[in-house]
Amino acid sequence: MDTTRQPEHAPTKNVTKVERKSDREIVVERSFDAPVHLVFEAWSKPELFKRWWVPKSMGMTLRACEMDVRTGGGYRLDFGDGMEFFGRYLEVTPPSRIVWTNEEGGENGSITTVTLTETDGKTLLVVSELFASKEALDADGGGASDALRETFGQLDDLVVELVSTS
Amino acid sequence: MVQYSSTQLDACLAALSDSTRRGVLEQLGRSEASISDLADRFHITLTGMRKHVGVLEQAGLVVTEKVGRVRTCRIGAGRLDEVSDWVERYHQLWDARFGELDQVIEELQQKEKSDGHNKTT
Repeated sequence: MDTTRQPEHAPTKNVTKVERKSDREIVVERSFDAPVHLVFEAWSKPELFKRWWVPKSMGMTLRACEMDVRTGGGYRLDFGDGMEFFGRYLEVTPPSRIVWTNEEGGENGSITTVTLTETDGKTLLVVSELFASKEALDADGGGASDALRETFGQLDDLVVELVSTS
Repeated sequence: MVQYSSTQLDACLAALSDSTRRGVLEQLGRSEASISDLADRFHITLTGMRKHVGVLEQAGLVVTEKVGRVRTCRIGAGRLDEVSDWVERYHQLWDARFGELDQVIEELQQKEKSDGHNKTT
């Protein structure tokens, strides 16, 4: 598994939880040791957003990042070679909520909802991605059907890793 | 620590926590087999193998079909793959993002401190 480098002074790494809520929805949860207005800032300012949205381990570079972060505004992330992600902000309520569409795949793209809640100076971040159908969610997984034929040796490694880390 | 709440994944993990059952999966990954074939190969009783196959079947990892007197087992249609591979991939992406987001936020906090809390929020 990819282990992400942490700032040296960070005491502990907060846990990223992923839960498949239903056939159509997947939810990610993570706490940040910072007040909500700072977390919101990192999500809503393009110059900050583009520093973390595409992690180095993805091996991709964001060529352009246009974000008009307000209700009704649009965004466009350009990775070059014709690879683009774009959509509209359905709702932007600083500093607690951002909802956007993902339209690069056509009209039935998923809807992403980010919710930020501050408690005792820490911020709980919840990202929900709701797909139009189970098929759309599965397709977004990318290559899931190829992996059907993955060797059980690899499967074993994965399981050992999951068991030892849970 | 990784946390998955998927009950499907829990069932898969429980099924895979046993080395005999993992061996059975490996075997079935190569070719389908009857319960008695598997019992012979793993040197356990028919009853014992039926139990193991039952657990794998409940987790969706194996499907069985009775033809005449023989129950044939084969790998299930990839439910583990469907659940864990997708979720695992998604988890890796977001965990990597959040690792870098931590650094951005840390910088913002430092900056805010050095600005002497002049900013109002």
